[in-house]
Amino acid sequence: MTQYQEKAKITRFEQLSENIVRLTLYSPDIAAATKPGQFVMIKAGKGKDPLLRRPFSVHQTTSDGHLQILFKVVGRGTDMLARRKEGEEISVFGPLGKGYKIEKSKPACLVGGGLGIAPLLLLAKSISRMKMDTSKDVIILGGRSADEIKALVKDFKQFGIKVLVATDDGSLGHHGFVTDVMKNTRLADDSVVYTCGPEMMMMAVKNICAIKGLQCQVSIESVMACGMGACLGCTKHTKDNRYVHVCLDGPVFNAEDLKWNL
Amino acid sequence: MEFVRNGDEIFPDLRVNIGSLELKNPVMTASGTFGYAREFENLMNLHRLGAVIVKGISLAPRSGNPPPRIVETACGMLNAIGLQNVGVERFIKEKMVYLQGLQIPVIVNILGDSIDEYQEITERLSGVKGIAAIEVNISCPNVKKGGVAFGTQAHMAKAVTEAVKMKSSVPVMVKLSPNVTDIAEMARAVEDGGADSVSLINTLIGMAIDLESRRPKLANVIGGLSGPAIKPVALRMVYQVAKAVSIPVIGIGGIDSTEDALEFMLAGASAVQIGTANFINPRVSEDIVEGMHRYVIDHNLSSIRELIGALEVK
Ligand SMILES: Cc1cc2nc3c(=O)[nH]c(=O)nc-3n(C[C@H](O)[C@H](O)[C@H](O)COP(=O)(O)OP(=O)(O)OC[C@H]3O[C@@H](n4cnc5c(N)ncnc54)[C@H](O)[C@@H]3O)c2cc1C
Ligand SMILES: Cc1cc2nc3c(=O)[nH]c(=O)nc-3n(C[C@H](O)[C@H](O)[C@H](O)COP(=O)(O)O)c2cc1C
Ligand code: FES
Repeated sequence: MTQYQEKAKITRFEQLSENIVRLTLYSPDIAAATKPGQFVMIKAGKGKDPLLRRPFSVHQTTSDGHLQILFKVVGRGTDMLARRKEGEEISVFGPLGKGYKIEKSKPACLVGGGLGIAPLLLLAKSISRMKMDTSKDVIILGGRSADEIKALVKDFKQFGIKVLVATDDGSLGHHGFVTDVMKNTRLADDSVVYTCGPEMMMMAVKNICAIKGLQCQVSIESVMACGMGACLGCTKHTKDNRYVHVCLDGPVFNAEDLKWNL
Repeated sequence: MEFVRNGDEIFPDLRVNIGSLELKNPVMTASGTFGYAREFENLMNLHRLGAVIVKGISLAPRSGNPPPRIVETACGMLNAIGLQNVGVERFIKEKMVYLQGLQIPVIVNILGDSIDEYQEITERLSGVKGIAAIEVNISCPNVKKGGVAFGTQAHMAKAVTEAVKMKSSVPVMVKLSPNVTDIAEMARAVEDGGADSVSLINTLIGMAIDLESRRPKLANVIGGLSGPAIKPVALRMVYQVAKAVSIPVIGIGGIDSTEDALEFMLAGASAVQIGTANFINPRVSEDIVEGMHRYVIDHNLSSIRELIGALEVK
């Protein structure tokens, strides 16, 4: 797998809500090589502080060399990134990690919560292009409020796959959790669930899958220094207490291979 | 830029000698920050490096510490990886083949929790083709002596050095711990023990606390600080050690530019190692080599060796 370090120009800056930003970057080599669920490492500022790059899932790629990331401002790095302007260049490194394994012949159920929605857009696009029939597929998106996810829901609808929504405050779609929606949705026995979101949510999704006997692929996070297997800092426990490295072995894993201890 | 042969001269001349080991330039990658080199093969031209130093190897495989293992700090990072590695047998079987194919010196970093273990790894490595030198990490706890790090007591540092020297068929570089009162004393001790060179510094022990949860940010509570934050301390230690010993000194600590590297050479380092900077820019070492080429040309130096220890203190 080839990786690139590119100086990418910010071609579009979108403030989707108070603290959620979507950046469109011109990064042709990385965009062309990225598969759904893979991530990039981005240098938020210019100097030595903050020192490390920050990992972000690739949200979308286009055939004309653009790549998007979708992120929430949670600290210094994301705050700096949210202050960047169109026309500026940032250093992007990727694509990194192992993404989702799309099961072409099985119905897909995508479940995204909060910023975990980010990698699912590229996944939805790939699924819609790779599969002959998406009539049994479903995308379930959740967020705090309509404000947070309204713009995203619109983007997901372009693929002709059924989209269901849940919000914590009931301002859009079901009033409650994505897992409520998932429980109430009839899923074929051979459905594959692809999920990303807060750990609590993914664990609940995984538990539902275990009960229904569905395959479940989760995209998880960890702190990272290098994103490419050099620092060995991004370990997580597997269910049999071995270590895996999120940047190399993941970020997408089979849910039942991991240890969940919330 | 490439080496230009000018009759018998190589220009610009970046060659340096670490004892009997000649490097085509002074830039090496630091142990634990460059994997087993292969991870970087698509990101840079490995053949531009002066040498590559691989992740520390122990006798048996080690799985390392529980997460979180890293945390960013001001201009630096703390790590408590816990010396995770594949162990010497798998290293020889799985990693050496690739490394043997590289046309650059490969230096193997070793660690142990007893003198016997250091000696056994050395024995196992000697005779393996393609190893240019051994770097001994003495910042590890001596299990038999209540967990005190070998590198914090002069007699233990010397004893490890002697033990490794006895079994090694290649030059031995001893990597000093900065977590000591007098690093020059440690350097002299390992020189007495027969070290062919010393490299410094390893990480400075530190910690970070999460106020909200009132917990340490690392599962291991404490970890090693690296990156630009430690550069001034590292420079000072290289300066003191270079004055105290007559074997070559290799500078490490927070280097992320040609300028940083050359400052270490002025302070007395014959060569440098690049660590944490590899995480931010995977081709930083190659960039530094290119910067050195330019520096030597721009400053009309006959060789980069002119800079070693050329600091003027008045
Ligand atoms: C593979 C991967 C993909 C990711 N994709 C996205 C994405 O698409 N969109 C998005 O908004 N975020 C994503 N993240 C999380 C993102 O990397 C962090 O939010 C970011 O690094 C925070 O940087 P900061 O400097 O703003 O925060 P800091 O100042 O470093 O930290 C602020 C707070 O965020 C927490 N934090 C920091 N890093 C992480 C992390 N890696 N995971 C979880 N919590 C963290 C800290 O503990 C702290 O509480 C991803 C992380 C990984 C590992
Ligand atoms: C993640 C990480 C892992 C490291 N692992 C090792 C190791 O296995 N053996 C060793 O001798 N030093 C190890 N080091 C120390 C570095 O080789 C180097 O001495 C130190 O980081 C200071 O240099 P820097 O500031 O350029 O990173 C490690 C450092 C880091 C950041
Ligand atoms: S982030 Fe460095 S090894 Fe995974």
